[in-house]
Amino acid sequence: MSDSANTVVVIGGGPAGIAAAACVAENGASTVLIDDNPRLGGQIWRSGGKIPQAKEAGHWLNRFMRSGAKLQCGTRIVDRLGTKSLLAESDRGIQRVDYSQLILATGARERLLPFPGWTIPNVVAAGGLQALVKGGAPIAGKRVAIAGSGPLLLAVATYLRLQGAVIVLIAEQAPWSRLVRFSAKLKSSPHKLWQAILMGVHLRGVRFKSSCWPIAARGESVLEQVEFQSKQGRFSVACDYLACGFGLIPNLELPRLIGCEVHNGFVAVDEWQQTSIDDVYCAGEPTGIGGIDSALCAGQIAGFATVGRKEKARGLFPARTRGKKFEETLAFTFALRPELRQLCQPETVVCRCEDVTYERLQPMTSWREAKLQTRCGMGACQGRTCGAVAEFLWHWQLASARPPVFPARVESLAGKTLTLEK
Amino acid sequence: MASGFDIVIVGAGIVGAACAAELAREGMRVAVVDRDIIGGGATAAGMGHIVVMDDSEAQFALTRYSRRLWRDLHSGLPPQAEYETPGTIWVAADESEMQEVRRKHEYYASRGVAAEILDSKMLAEAEPNLRPGLAGGLLVPDDAVVYPPVVARFLLERERGVSVIAGSAVRAITNDGVALEDGTRISAAKIVNAAGDASPNLTAGVRVAPRKGHLVITDRYPGFVRHQLVELGYLKSAHTHSAESVAFNVQPRRTGQILIGSSRQYGVTNADVDPAIVSAMLSRALQYMPGIGTLSAIRCWTGFRASTPDKLPLIGPAPGTDHVYLATGHEGLGITTSLATAKLLASQITGREPEIAVTPYLPARVMDGEKHA
Amino acid sequence: MPNLIQVTINGQAVTVPGGITVAAAVLLSGKSGIHRSPSGALRGPVCGMGVCFECRVTVNGRAHARSCLTTCEAGMEISADE
Repeated sequence: MSDSANTVVVIGGGPAGIAAAACVAENGASTVLIDDNPRLGGQIWRSGGKIPQAKEAGHWLNRFMRSGAKLQCGTRIVDRLGTKSLLAESDRGIQRVDYSQLILATGARERLLPFPGWTIPNVVAAGGLQALVKGGAPIAGKRVAIAGSGPLLLAVATYLRLQGAVIVLIAEQAPWSRLVRFSAKLKSSPHKLWQAILMGVHLRGVRFKSSCWPIAARGESVLEQVEFQSKQGRFSVACDYLACGFGLIPNLELPRLIGCEVHNGFVAVDEWQQTSIDDVYCAGEPTGIGGIDSALCAGQIAGFATVGRKEKARGLFPARTRGKKFEETLAFTFALRPELRQLCQPETVVCRCEDVTYERLQPMTSWREAKLQTRCGMGACQGRTCGAVAEFLWHWQLASARPPVFPARVESLAGKTLTLEK
Repeated sequence: MASGFDIVIVGAGIVGAACAAELAREGMRVAVVDRDIIGGGATAAGMGHIVVMDDSEAQFALTRYSRRLWRDLHSGLPPQAEYETPGTIWVAADESEMQEVRRKHEYYASRGVAAEILDSKMLAEAEPNLRPGLAGGLLVPDDAVVYPPVVARFLLERERGVSVIAGSAVRAITNDGVALEDGTRISAAKIVNAAGDASPNLTAGVRVAPRKGHLVITDRYPGFVRHQLVELGYLKSAHTHSAESVAFNVQPRRTGQILIGSSRQYGVTNADVDPAIVSAMLSRALQYMPGIGTLSAIRCWTGFRASTPDKLPLIGPAPGTDHVYLATGHEGLGITTSLATAKLLASQITGREPEIAVTPYLPARVMDGEKHA
Repeated sequence: MPNLIQVTINGQAVTVPGGITVAAAVLLSGKSGIHRSPSGALRGPVCGMGVCFECRVTVNGRAHARSCLTTCEAGMEISADE
């Protein structure tokens, strides 16, 4: 990373980051994309598994490869060193990442909500199970219940079924009326409609329930069955895995550390996707949960903006506006119902890293107070899981971001590269 | 206007909480006000090290007395207070520092504080992850470690007669109590300013300056460090009035996490983590414990100590007033000396005989008798 | 046909397809739990993307590696909580 004078650095190798980096490089500017996964694609375009990549993903990945953009996988940004300078760490050591412009495309993660038994092995996140299977975990012949909320559930169900899993149930907490309205809106986007039809084909015969959510997971040492609540009452389903996620939440840790303003839970950006910090842009889920199309659009706009191709960026504004509408539709359709706040028992673990239970957190009045008094959020995940829970259950606002963005070796933070051991 | 209190204490940190508990135990009705949550300031940011220090006779007397009070208290603390007695080892890198070890040993032993000289081999056995070639150290086995925010809350909730108003900033100390930012007032005959690095804002002439510190905490590595380890150079660092300094200071927490410090900076008021300071501090730690380099650090943070010109806290009446007391300026020993501060303050308010002399800590020694507005 | 490599999990030799994650290797070896919480509860991987930290294992002597983000290599020594 020697010539930083004009390098556009892109953080995050999902659709937004790939599109941004490709646009920058295609316009002749020097760019490097940095991602912490072993392979490019982020979450939604994660490679692996027996099904070939979606056409769109393949197209953009090829475009990225041909563009001349440099790629560094297995590398995570852990701290900022000054204006326009970041500290990155990989298993091989550390490096200083200087940039003239920065595009943050750090994506989103799933919102996990607690209920009795949610910590039993084989209760996993929805996209999480897909990621694990793409990473080589066996699923053929296993019975999988999928629950939570959002279009991701159907995508996960489709993928897992094609890998040989037995999908015993898809439980969506949103009501049927909203799902119907959502489907009707898809008609206005042929692309999304086509995706939905394909999914429908692959999921023929799979039991699907709306207004349905898990209330307890049970099993001796691994998951054996899940009890659900639905309009018709309670019922149990025997299964080997519960893949459960309640929507997506943006990864704001790095934007916050850099000082980007956050409004209503998302990074605030102007029409060029520039944040409140000069020369720092943000695209994709951290600016709003909108899925692949929004991410590709915003990534391209940011990329064009950094190389001064404003007229090309402007050409994408209408698509972005449509994407914003889709974000609103998603948020409305899959809004989380209040019953999901009532699932915990007093002894239900809320902070998984520190084993802090619901009853210990319930009397607290703020995130900071909860942290200081119970250690909630002080573990390895630094509140990534339990913070989202606390926001949902008690509307607590999380405090500012502190480095390192992800755990880093002490020697990395000391500015020293790896000490290789035998 | 809230009334019915004998005392209002500004600051619900460990010092304010200890004072509140002590005064309530004396039968007083105490209100404690804090602009933030209980224990949310330096109390939350520091290491929670309970240590006897010999920077001066007065510091030694105060820390020795207070450490004994912690020992008396500890069995009543909740488990989340994480009180442990790992002891401290003052680490000597070379022979000249070993001379300091011997001096300290003599000093501590002659004043009744157990201490043991460790030679190079004994040090290595006590702490295998220290680098080879260190000269030795002084083990002070009864030094302890605690998690202060939980203790602050415990102390405030333990006594009847303590009311806590959190999330309300004090605008001013008045003739008959305090005025809050939101316009309300709390009346009391006596006020205690235990506002730490904010204490100068409320009492004229208080020479307390913020001294920023950084800390880093790792993931869980049980057994990697067994004692609190402090380089003898720490004393030079705490001593100096220069702009910034770092020293090797490492602590095992009950969770198995390792707390790595320490740093001191004057004249910096923003709370941002400074990567250059973190780098210097961790580099210093690597020099003593090379193996710490591959451990996973999960968080860095900062805090502000309340430092005074002579490294001793202010415990007693604010000169020029007859109803305002100070309990502030504890620099890096706030946790250690909080309990003794409470006793000494209470003795001055009640007129009872204190267990140790209060003279060295009286605010008048570093303040003029300015008329309080 | 992916190549097969050998890793050890808690001292046991396990043959796995090259290129899979350590989390997948542990699951393939028949374990569902990977990491014990502070109170001793056994946990399995959850998020699959390195943000929940429930999948941590020791790899080649280095603790707290996120197994869902770590690719298996021949000869890798993996220790998971039991």
